[in-house]
Amino acid sequence: MNTLLMLFFSFSTLLQGNPDADEILERVDQNMSSKNRVVESTMIIHGRRGSRTITSRTYSVGDTKSFTEYLSPPREQGTKMLKLEEQLWIYSPDSDRTIQISGHMLRQSVMGSDLSYEDMMDDRKLQEVYNAEITGETSIEGRICYQLQLNAKVDDASYESRKLWIDKERYIPLKQELYAKGGQLLKRITLSEIERIEGRWFPMKMVYKDVLKEGEGTEFMVNSIRFNQDIPEYIFTKAALRR
Amino acid sequence: MIKFIAKGILRDKSRSLLPIVVVSLGVLLTVFLSGWVTGVFGDMIDMNARFTTGHVKIMTRAYAANQNQKPNDLALLGTSELMDNLKEDYPDMKWVERINFGGLLDVPDEKGETRGQAPAAGQAVDLLSPESEEAERMNIPGSIISGNMIQKRGEALISNEFANRFNVEPGDEVTLFSSTMYGSMAFKNFIVSGTIRFGTTVLDRGAVIVDIRDAREALNMEDAAGEILGYFQEDKYLQEKAAAVKASFNRKYSNEADEFSPVMLTLGDQEGLDEMLAYSESVIGIVIFIFVFAMSLVLWNTGLLGGLRRYGEFGVRLALGEEKKHIYKTLIYEAVIIGFIGSLLGTALGVSLAWYLQEHPVSFGAMTDNLGMMLPSEFRSVVTSQLFYIGFIPGLFAMVLGNALSGIGIYKRNTARLFKELEV
Repeated sequence: MNTLLMLFFSFSTLLQGNPDADEILERVDQNMSSKNRVVESTMIIHGRRGSRTITSRTYSVGDTKSFTEYLSPPREQGTKMLKLEEQLWIYSPDSDRTIQISGHMLRQSVMGSDLSYEDMMDDRKLQEVYNAEITGETSIEGRICYQLQLNAKVDDASYESRKLWIDKERYIPLKQELYAKGGQLLKRITLSEIERIEGRWFPMKMVYKDVLKEGEGTEFMVNSIRFNQDIPEYIFTKAALRR
Repeated sequence: MIKFIAKGILRDKSRSLLPIVVVSLGVLLTVFLSGWVTGVFGDMIDMNARFTTGHVKIMTRAYAANQNQKPNDLALLGTSELMDNLKEDYPDMKWVERINFGGLLDVPDEKGETRGQAPAAGQAVDLLSPESEEAERMNIPGSIISGNMIQKRGEALISNEFANRFNVEPGDEVTLFSSTMYGSMAFKNFIVSGTIRFGTTVLDRGAVIVDIRDAREALNMEDAAGEILGYFQEDKYLQEKAAAVKASFNRKYSNEADEFSPVMLTLGDQEGLDEMLAYSESVIGIVIFIFVFAMSLVLWNTGLLGGLRRYGEFGVRLALGEEKKHIYKTLIYEAVIIGFIGSLLGTALGVSLAWYLQEHPVSFGAMTDNLGMMLPSEFRSVVTSQLFYIGFIPGLFAMVLGNALSGIGIYKRNTARLFKELEV
């Protein structure tokens, strides 16, 4: 079956012509990025002493504005995060304080998960940040994938380089490896449960694993996602944090 | 004979003065340096014990493996029961719970938004129980620069450097932003009761001290603690006793297969302090060896000069029929007496100097301010019972060795030529 699929895709590619690395990235960005989106998600953090489940709702506009409200568990409920450009504020209802996070703190884990604040905030198009090169083809879970090597072309990239395994048919990464400047592997992301939503392919489940941290990783599941909505502008203000 | 030799030493100053001065100086330096090294290393170890290591420390095995990161997600759970057991099993020790935490200390503006913030290195200790000795143990009252000790829940002492940098006064509110032991975000507002400066960068950088109850509430650590420290009633580290307590505790409570089971480490097992203890002992040994060696050389030369000066005397004594062995023996006895007098004088001076520097420590605050090690800002020597005898080792040994070497010449005298030599 796999062989047949391989032959089919090879033939299709011959007919269409092979896309180059930039074209592949562009098609990935078309799937993964949008003008704006509203996402309700569940994050299951598998720590060394057990697992925790956190649910949240996030409004985001491009890669510049993002607002997240934690819905559960009770201890996190009402905690809000606002990102405007490169700045991030966190509001805690218990202390009634809005704290700005910057510098190296952005690389710290969010809620003890395998995601950093930077991971949560970084929604830039891959094409804007990286130069890409096709390094091969391989199969993941029966899907034929382009294997891409991405190297940062800007100074403020969260990760200096990435390896991406991109589904050749749907142009969605199925696996990512994120590397530091020295070439050290920092994180692995596995993307699955790809669904067709509003005319684009989107992964509904992502498993992040910070390889420098013990534990079983963090599952990030998209419960619902809506693209290109009318999001009121006041959502992206510091006043909205206290509402 | 001893009386006869002693009279000779006292009456013939040229025979005794220089050796006594040399021995006294050497012994003085040996005694003083021993007191100084013991004092400085002792203070460093004591400071570590009070702030971080205890005389023994209990953590989970997983926490112990990463203890430099102070990973509260791997903290001990059910500590009230463990504390009860410890008090029952080791009633002659004092047990305290501690929580170390990191995070950000954030200063709000009038709108409740960030005006300034800096990384915080917090310590949570029991400051509000009437029977707690923690404040004195960590010298907190003596380190307060402005404001007061924590009097009630919700108060914090913060680094004086942080307070100056962000214009924070006692009575102002600051927010701790950290992580709970389960990884969630932790926010807690504190009223600054005072500012603090320990004089050591490691402790002062971003220092925040709060009562352990507040830390438990903020970090979701009810009935949990990062570490339990144990202190001996004697208030000093006793290596063998610590090893015995460790062995018995680990046998009873620790389980290698369970990374969250408690494990006890001694002070020596932590922060390379065993090496430091061994190093301090070897430094004293090296000091003694150097002074024995150096003084022996000087006293050998003094003995040779004395031998030349007393060439005639030895000749006459040999001519009168005294055995070479007997003359050599009296020379050694002389050395013992001179060495004893010199050691006595040197010990008295050395102990006096060590006592003075024990009572009047030397401040190295400016030098230790930027060091990453946990060093006291004042260095002092300490007068121990060892100082009263340690100087006699180089004092007697060097003097006897010096005279023994120079006295060998007695055996080279040719009896047949004595009268010819004495004519001259």
